[in-house]
Amino acid sequence: MSLRSPLGRVRGLGSAKSGTEHWWAQRLTALALIPLCLWFVASIAAMVGADYATMRAWVDSPLVAGLLILLILATFYHAYLGVQVVIEDYVHYEPLKIAALLCVAGLSILLGVIAVLSVLLLLFGG
Amino acid sequence: MSQKDRPLSPHLQVYRPQLTSMLSILHRLTGVALAVGTLLLVYWLAAAAAGPESFESAQGLIGSFFGQLFLFGWTYALFYHLCNGIRHLYWDAGFGFELPEVYKTGWAVVAVSGVLTIASWVLGYAMAGGA
Repeated sequence: MSLRSPLGRVRGLGSAKSGTEHWWAQRLTALALIPLCLWFVASIAAMVGADYATMRAWVDSPLVAGLLILLILATFYHAYLGVQVVIEDYVHYEPLKIAALLCVAGLSILLGVIAVLSVLLLLFGG
Repeated sequence: MSQKDRPLSPHLQVYRPQLTSMLSILHRLTGVALAVGTLLLVYWLAAAAAGPESFESAQGLIGSFFGQLFLFGWTYALFYHLCNGIRHLYWDAGFGFELPEVYKTGWAVVAVSGVLTIASWVLGYAMAGGA
C-alpha cells in the first residue's frame, strides 16, 4: 500500500510534465520587464557619456540598485525560459539537447550572480 | 501521382513571407539576440564594480563605432521584443485574434519599436552633446 495520495502520484506525470508553470513564469517575468526595461533604457540614455563618478552616484541608492537587481533577475529568468524553448524546438538529439539546456541554465545563473554582485559592490563597496 | 491538391502544413519553404510570420520569427530572433546581449550588460556592470579604469575602458569600447553599431541593434532588438511581447500578452489575455487586428497591431509594433529606438538614441546623443 502506498502512503502517497492519488493526487501526489499523478502530479507531473501528464503529457505536459510540469503543467503551466513555465508558461506562467514567462508571462509574469515579461510583465515585470516592461516597466523595468523602459526605466533602464531611459536611465542609460540620460547617462550617455557619463564618467565613473556619475555612474557610481546613480547606483548609490537603494531604489536604483534594487531596481537593477530586479531587472537582472527577471531578465535572466525570462531569457532562460525563452532559450530553453528554442533549444527544445530545434535540438532533437537528446544528449545534445540536455547538454545545451544545462549549459544555458548554468550560464544564466553565473551571469546573473556576476551582475547582482556587481550592483551590490557598487552599492556597498568603497 | 495526383496528390498536388492536398493541403500543406505551414512550412518556411512553401509559405509566402507575410507580416505575421516575419514578425513571429523576428520575435524569437530578437529574443535569442537579447539573451546573448545580456553579456554586454554584465560586462558593463562588472567593469563599473571593478573600478574607474575598467569602467572607462568599457565606456570607450561601447562608445566606439562598432560598439555603438552593436548597441543600436541591441536597442532595436529590445524595443521590438518589448512591443511585440506586449502584443503577445494581449493575445494571451484573449484579444486581437481577428486578422485585420492582427495586421494592425503588427504594423503598430513595427512603428512603435522604430520610434522608441530613434527616440532613445536622440536622447542619448542630446545628453552626450550637452554633457
